[in-house]
Amino acid sequence: MEITTGWYLVLGAMLFVIGGTGLLIRRNPLVMLMCVELMLNGVNLSFVAMAQQLDDIGGQTVVFFVLVVAAAEVVVGLGLVVAILRRQPGATADDLSALKG
Amino acid sequence: MVDTVVFILAAAICLTGALGVILARNPVHSALMLVMTLFGIAVQFVALEAHFLAAVQVIVYAGAIVVLFLFVIMLLGVDRAQNLELSVLPVQKWAALVFAAGSLAILALLVMVVKEPVTGAEAIGGSATGDENVRLLARSLFSDYVYAFELTSLLLVIAVIGAVVLARKPKNVVGVAPEPGNEA
Repeated sequence: MEITTGWYLVLGAMLFVIGGTGLLIRRNPLVMLMCVELMLNGVNLSFVAMAQQLDDIGGQTVVFFVLVVAAAEVVVGLGLVVAILRRQPGATADDLSALKG
Repeated sequence: MVDTVVFILAAAICLTGALGVILARNPVHSALMLVMTLFGIAVQFVALEAHFLAAVQVIVYAGAIVVLFLFVIMLLGVDRAQNLELSVLPVQKWAALVFAAGSLAILALLVMVVKEPVTGAEAIGGSATGDENVRLLARSLFSDYVYAFELTSLLLVIAVIGAVVLARKPKNVVGVAPEPGNEA
């Protein structure tokens, strides 16, 4: 059995689906951020697989940018989580409905 | 043959870790499972000849981002177990079920229908294979994508400033003693 690009795409899609499902079923904001990381990694894997298949370095360059954006997202997201949980310990994503006017 | 074994092992590690992230009750366990997934992805990157990205994956993701997660978990003391059953809104649980089932159905359909995932379009960014992966990536990054690269520096500065502003305590709260049990 030979491993083709399709296998990598399937694995990436499964990681994306698992991450998306986790985003919906978990309420802890920290775990939700981890699920976003899972989704990003699934897409990264697809990019790299297609870069190899098409012999195009552009796919890997995009993954580099995704890494940078993910790092920035985590920094700001965790900053928000710390700010919220400091005011209201044990807050979950549902409790943020208190933000509405 | 070796490729197949490596792929299957790394894929099993990835999927086990991913399921662990969303099913572990303790956020610390979720973070450690995330490390497992990220290492699996790094192995896949090596198999796909993206050596630089594999190194960056381990250093930045497993090294920096997950440590940041663990740091915040420990800082806030939220490393207690969460009851998965009570934590979900009924509507959201059904939405998650529909999302997962629908996505997997689409995936299965695509796997059965699509025989060749590549359209045959010409590569525009230059070759991705060969021993000089880092050099090719650097050439692409500093020529074709140089403006995007400069913009990421701006993005990182904004993220740092945002994190500092968020983490700083508001001035009017400084003199007020925190309520008992409200201390992070």
